[in-house]
Amino acid sequence: MNEQCNKDKMGTTRRRFLLDSAKTACGVALFGLGVGMYGFRQATASVIYAIRPPGALDGVKFLAACLRCGQCVRACPYKALRLATPAEEAVTGTPYFIARQIPCELCENRPCVKACPSGALDPQLTDIYKARMGLAVLIDQETCLNYQGLRCDVCYRNCPLLDKAITLDAQHNRRSGKHTMFLPKVHSAHCTGCGKCEKACVLEKSAIRVVPIELAKGELGHHYRLGWEEKSKAGASLIPEQMDLPDRLPEFESPGVKELLP
Amino acid sequence: MSRESRPVGAVAAKGWFASHQWLLLRRLTQLSVLACFLVGPMFGVWIIRGDMAASRLLDTVPLTDPFILLQSMMAGQTPAANALTGGLIVAVFYLLVGGRAYCAWVCPVNMVTDLAAWLRRRFAIKEGGQYDTSGRYWLLAMMLLLALFFSMVVWELVNPVTMLSRGLLFGMGIGWVVIVAVFLFDLIVAKHGWCGHICPVGAFYSLLALVSPVRVRAAGRRNCTNCLECFAVCPEPQVIAPALRGEAAGRGVVILSPNCTNCGRCIDVCAERVFAFGTRFKNRQPLTVRD
Repeated sequence: MNEQCNKDKMGTTRRRFLLDSAKTACGVALFGLGVGMYGFRQATASVIYAIRPPGALDGVKFLAACLRCGQCVRACPYKALRLATPAEEAVTGTPYFIARQIPCELCENRPCVKACPSGALDPQLTDIYKARMGLAVLIDQETCLNYQGLRCDVCYRNCPLLDKAITLDAQHNRRSGKHTMFLPKVHSAHCTGCGKCEKACVLEKSAIRVVPIELAKGELGHHYRLGWEEKSKAGASLIPEQMDLPDRLPEFESPGVKELLP
Repeated sequence: MSRESRPVGAVAAKGWFASHQWLLLRRLTQLSVLACFLVGPMFGVWIIRGDMAASRLLDTVPLTDPFILLQSMMAGQTPAANALTGGLIVAVFYLLVGGRAYCAWVCPVNMVTDLAAWLRRRFAIKEGGQYDTSGRYWLLAMMLLLALFFSMVVWELVNPVTMLSRGLLFGMGIGWVVIVAVFLFDLIVAKHGWCGHICPVGAFYSLLALVSPVRVRAAGRRNCTNCLECFAVCPEPQVIAPALRGEAAGRGVVILSPNCTNCGRCIDVCAERVFAFGTRFKNRQPLTVRD
């Protein structure tokens, strides 16, 4: 009788235990699923939007390495860097900067990189001009003053890599018919993504903006070869001479165009 | 009102100061840690740079939260020597002083959840059922697996603990909402809900406490009058009974459970001076003399 009673009691305890464990496991699994999905969404979006400090590892690699300690933020003499709070565009707690507010001043002694304890800001970045925080893109030609034919040039003049990262391309001003337009052009081989152009743009909203390279760059098909580059590498054309078709001049022939062409 | 929050018995027996000394010392420590981090950016006196996730003490000693470091390693990052050294220093420190001493003495969320617990006692709020306290270990395991699976530090995306410690130093933003949620959860939904049931950070640090020499001892357990003040005030009340009431079962006087946070509130509130800080050694010999 007593034994039977004990057995029942044990049975209930076991059942109780199993139910409790199942309840906990379900709760944790649901919670984890929620966190996982939220995290994945936040992370994939932020990889696209956040402009990271110099030397930051690529995308998700950065999110594995960064300890969210803010030592880079404290090290930044210009207070450009900040740690993201939960509602900001970067992943919670990770460092980023908003170029339009305070751009990166490209300190040659790289205090932020040196302060990073985890290697999330790659210590192998020794030349600050090799930093690729993002890429400046002249995002709105409809408002850019130089595209209207004015000589604003402020982005070009503020670029720390003047005439390398941003050049001015001369083009004929078809509207006036007799002036030259100097169009800012960004070169990804040199642009560090510091954002000084974006900060300096005189418009109410900047026409040139630093965009994560992931968003800014196209990618050529890997099988593509540019004939003129291959030619200069090989010293001669790789393909036999082709039929020479007659050249045609642009239809908008007008006085002055030829002088502008290099 | 069933259980008074203020230890009337202890205050009468030992005086107000003696019955609040560990609490005061703990608050002082928590606030001092934050102050050390803040005097740098505020007054240019750099005692420690960074936050509780990782920092540099006096511009020389690296300190890293070993749990965040572990998450980062699970996510596939080979830790830099700097971060690794810092992680070892902090891990060894808490290995010595009691893993969850972090929870009671450093973590700023403790002040939030302690406030909720105090209000629960003060206004005899009984809402909320009994929940399994092992959930936090499941969550800990799950977060490490998620880090592995997503190749990124997943828990830190939502972790209220670092959200508060970082927020107080770098700006909270909308993070306050999360902290208020933790507070309300503790106040209304579950007693000691966050720290005692869910927080995987505490669960991680409790693993360091498995061998910690610094422990609370119920050395005077024969003087216990069963007033239950210690159970009422303890954030992990299940840890007390084995030591306090285990004499008949042949158990030692040391509170061995790794979930004891070494907060010392039981020492404060006990009028009979049953508890004291000590070591985990010489567990078998009760130190009190029978009356």
